[in-house]
Amino acid sequence: MRDGTIVIAGASLAGLRGAEALRAHGFAGRLILVGDEPHLPYDRPPLSKHVLTGEIAPGATTLPGVGTVEAEWRLGAKARGLDRAGRALLLANGERLAFDRLLIATGARARPWPKPEEARLSGIHTLRSRDDAASLAAGLAARPKRVLILGAGFIGCEVASSIRALGLPVTVVDPAPAPLAQALGRVIGGFIAGRMEAAGVDLRLGVQVTHLEGDGQGECVMRRARLDDGGTIEADCVVVALGAVRNTDWLAGSGLRADEGGLSCDSACRALDEAGRPVPDIFAAGDVARVPYPLYGGRPVALEHWGNAVAQAAHAARAMLDGPEAAGAYAELPAFWSSQFGLNIKSLGLTEGADAVAIVQGSPRTGRFLAVYGRAGRTIAAVSVDAGRWLPAYEGPIRDGAPFPPITGGADQPDPDPVSPGLPAPATARGDQS
Amino acid sequence: MRVVVDLNRCQAYAQCCYAAPDRFVLRGDEILVYDPAPPASDRAAVDRAVQACPVRAIRVEHDRAPAERAA
Ligand SMILES: Cc1cc2nc3c(=O)[nH]c(=O)nc-3n(C[C@H](O)[C@H](O)[C@H](O)COP(=O)(O)OP(=O)(O)OC[C@H]3O[C@@H](n4cnc5c(N)ncnc54)[C@H](O)[C@@H]3O)c2cc1C
Ligand code: SF4
Repeated sequence: MRDGTIVIAGASLAGLRGAEALRAHGFAGRLILVGDEPHLPYDRPPLSKHVLTGEIAPGATTLPGVGTVEAEWRLGAKARGLDRAGRALLLANGERLAFDRLLIATGARARPWPKPEEARLSGIHTLRSRDDAASLAAGLAARPKRVLILGAGFIGCEVASSIRALGLPVTVVDPAPAPLAQALGRVIGGFIAGRMEAAGVDLRLGVQVTHLEGDGQGECVMRRARLDDGGTIEADCVVVALGAVRNTDWLAGSGLRADEGGLSCDSACRALDEAGRPVPDIFAAGDVARVPYPLYGGRPVALEHWGNAVAQAAHAARAMLDGPEAAGAYAELPAFWSSQFGLNIKSLGLTEGADAVAIVQGSPRTGRFLAVYGRAGRTIAAVSVDAGRWLPAYEGPIRDGAPFPPITGGADQPDPDPVSPGLPAPATARGDQS
Repeated sequence: MRVVVDLNRCQAYAQCCYAAPDRFVLRGDEILVYDPAPPASDRAAVDRAVQACPVRAIRVEHDRAPAERAA
């Protein structure tokens, strides 16, 4: 297909890179990007990092490509539903956008504090959008007495790091035994915990916040959090960093296989209907998409990784224009980075289900190391801390499922000593990143 | 100008920091901090940074964005 109309729902990273890939592969028809935010596509990773520290203005992160991609922009327009038989995207303003092909790239949103009446207290924030970052940055500029962060995932830890950089008191609460435990396990998470505490973060692990309380006066300003161990934390600013929910609610009633965990797709990024059959004209990419991974036995995986949004959008574009066979199965190796507390963390593969971890280069003592994760004797993932240049060497072993640990006899690590990584049991797994 | 660096690909070689020291800095050992919206007057330096990056991780767009508008 080279002509006709392609509509993209969701005008952010995956939407923009999908549009560019469609044009690059020769799509000459009408291309419409629909986004509910008023902004052109912008980059989210800086929002929890240098935007909060004030080094980058919230509005400065518009992505390259927005000025050159030949497309119609429908910004501030929310997709509300899908008329599959009539091949039209329904907008909240009542409009119908007819399409020959649709790319769904509506991403995810921050999971809110589950008690709506408490979540309304002023001083409570989530962080997903540019506007969220601007609002939190303004809250921080008012020099709160203490910031409380709910959740020690990537977003929670990055925000804690940024807030310490501003010199504000911060407490991080998480029921897990270590920060980043979901993604990296207790062993590596324990190292990060040390860095957090050294930076002055009040880290409360193994406890949960049960209530957020206001000052009880007219304005209802955040005042205090209650913990399940009976303790309280006085804080006037809260960042709820409890993971993300995929933006699939607008697909309710469309007959597609979608829930909070994502929109299920086949390996060509074609959406699946409720019976599990691929729909030929509807595709998905980015945080919203749940795609089977050949590397993980065909298990459907939804990622919240920047690189996945870019690569998957290109894959979906290819499959839209040239057909699923030409595109092949999506097989990009999961990869992400994070920076916090002066450390650069990079990851390849998925640690989920790992039963062993070994430090194969460097040492947590020096603060620079590379950890490899294994499962049933096979290498499945690698994580570097300030050692990114060592990481690419592990891409091949992870792809091949090489025996674990894959590289032994290294100069500084002749005999890696695998231990249990301390990952949570998959059954209790919460969101992926953040 | 709009700039984005693919930080999965970036290997902290700091070549961009030499080429455009006002727009790219390395924090700690490996954290690249860059200005995603440098002024047009920095065009030559930023272009040099793009060229200097050994892993081609930097992307720049010079054109103006279409006016942001609501539907
Ligand atoms: C604060 C923060 C920091 C991050 N840091 C990192 C990092 O360091 N490394 C990393 O690898 N990844 C990071 N990520 C993740 C990365 O930003 C995401 O994976 C990426 O943004 C996904 O792109 P996307 O286009 O799929 O989804 P999104 O970026 O979520 O975009 C979806 C867009 O669709 C819009 N939308 C939703 N519903 C509708 C609707 N019904 N109609 C119209 N539009 C709709 C949304 O408003 C949004 O603009 C970070 C994310 C956040 C929020
Ligand atoms: S030159 Fe490239 S690899 Fe080196 S720091 Fe800059 S962006 Fe990263």
